[in-house]
Amino acid sequence: MNFVEINNISKSYGSHKALLETSFSVKKGELFGVIGPDGAGKTTLFRILTTLLLADSGSARISEYDIFKDYKKIRQIVGYMPGRFSLYQDLTVEENLAFFATIFGTTIKENYELIKDIYVQIEPFKDRQAGKLSGGMKQKLALSCALIHKPEILILDEPTTGVDAVSRKEFWDLLRKFKNMGITIIVSTPYMDEASLCDRVSLMQEGKIMQINTPDNIINNYKPILFEIHSNNMHDLLIKLRKYHNNSNVFLFGQTVHYSSINEINKDDLKMYLKNNGHANVEINVCTPTIEDCFLWLMNQNN
Amino acid sequence: MDKEKAITVKNLVKKFGNFIANDNLTFDVYKGEIFGFLGANGAGKTTTLKILCGLSKPTSGQINVAGFNVYTETNKIKNNIGYMSQKFSLYEDLTVYENIRFYGGIYGLKLKDIRKRADELIQKLGLTNVRNELLSSIPLGWKQKLAFSVAIFHHPKIVFLDEPTGGVDPVTRREFWDMIYDAASEGITIIVTTHYMDEAEYCNRVCIMVDGRIEAIDTPAQLIKTYNAANMNDVFIQLARKAKQQ
Repeated sequence: MNFVEINNISKSYGSHKALLETSFSVKKGELFGVIGPDGAGKTTLFRILTTLLLADSGSARISEYDIFKDYKKIRQIVGYMPGRFSLYQDLTVEENLAFFATIFGTTIKENYELIKDIYVQIEPFKDRQAGKLSGGMKQKLALSCALIHKPEILILDEPTTGVDAVSRKEFWDLLRKFKNMGITIIVSTPYMDEASLCDRVSLMQEGKIMQINTPDNIINNYKPILFEIHSNNMHDLLIKLRKYHNNSNVFLFGQTVHYSSINEINKDDLKMYLKNNGHANVEINVCTPTIEDCFLWLMNQNN
Repeated sequence: MDKEKAITVKNLVKKFGNFIANDNLTFDVYKGEIFGFLGANGAGKTTTLKILCGLSKPTSGQINVAGFNVYTETNKIKNNIGYMSQKFSLYEDLTVYENIRFYGGIYGLKLKDIRKRADELIQKLGLTNVRNELLSSIPLGWKQKLAFSVAIFHHPKIVFLDEPTGGVDPVTRREFWDMIYDAASEGITIIVTTHYMDEAEYCNRVCIMVDGRIEAIDTPAQLIKTYNAANMNDVFIQLARKAKQQ
């Protein structure tokens, strides 16, 4: 049986449709990613799941509990980390943690084992007010507070937004660890590269789910031909490539340009075209798409 | 031959009490350059940016921005730079046009000029239909592009972009970089911070700060070579890791 089941959830704010008939399920112990930019509907979905917001229509359950009827039960088994830092700024690190433990009828001592790895990193600052912590430390404290009642499921709203590449990596290592302890995790992120760290992901855009699958299968489902192209003048390369063929997409990807098309494109023809347009030393290689390539392609199909 | 310098920083030190946020920084930024400013959270980037914008005084060092001294000519600096960040850029409760007019006014442009340039800008960005809509009602991607255009509306010599693309969809993120390239080709110097490491590779040069010091400064291609890395993400992780182990 699926641990989380979401059926046709919709939500509008006035005339703005934030979520459109969203459905998916998450298995027990799964690390499930909701990937999409701002405005995709990630936060709305999470607030509905955590019983903080009512859906206009549709239903959902976590474990055997209905999010509408059994909201009190849901709140006991869910650990939620909102996108915006929501702890008490004028309480110290330790006071915040003790507060959340008490609310859930437990103590720091009882579940210390669960948070130990994270908490030791902020313990030297346990007497500091939460509002005076750095961004990375606030994030660790918020995660500790979400875990202190030993939840069955963690729902984390963009925990890595605005966080540097090293701290992001460490954070995902932690999530892996909690997953291995049997905790189900639903996590949202605008960073496409983090998709590959999830068991399954849902790619979302403007309130709609474009695809749900394992990261590998999302990449396998990518249909266009994809070239990775490098030249000495990248900006001009972009301009020239955009003029080459209809039904193609041209996007910068780090040191290269990714050129994709649903039509058959001959590599030698393309090379000749670029040579005739001032790019004598181009390198063109067929490449494996990243999740971001897949996202760009799906966005294009949806428009 | 020397390239024209937009910013010169020599031995910049900034202390908060006993804490050294910027530890003897020395670097130059050239005119028309896209200069990436990277570092882990807390590495000291914001402190440096605030000093370069004339919002904070350094403890010591010789710093010159757009030809002006950061100790004595901060108002002149402010007239010659633009600034935009993800967290704060435009006013949500003003319309698209009102935001442009407001910023044009702040920078002392004449209303006649503001009107003319606002019309051009709104047309160029494809915002004609939402010209009189409140900013809160338009999509984030549009807002960020508008915010960048407003930041360079008064033709500044230098524009500072503090995580301008955070949370933006992958298409808009790239359109945004097209705008950055355009501005740079017109001679505007760009200083940009980002947590997206693929964006670091779009910069002409990148400076990586670790624990208040400049750990590396070079072109992305050269950094990747020097650190024997696959991409800038690897370079960044190698350098920032080093800091944590010390």
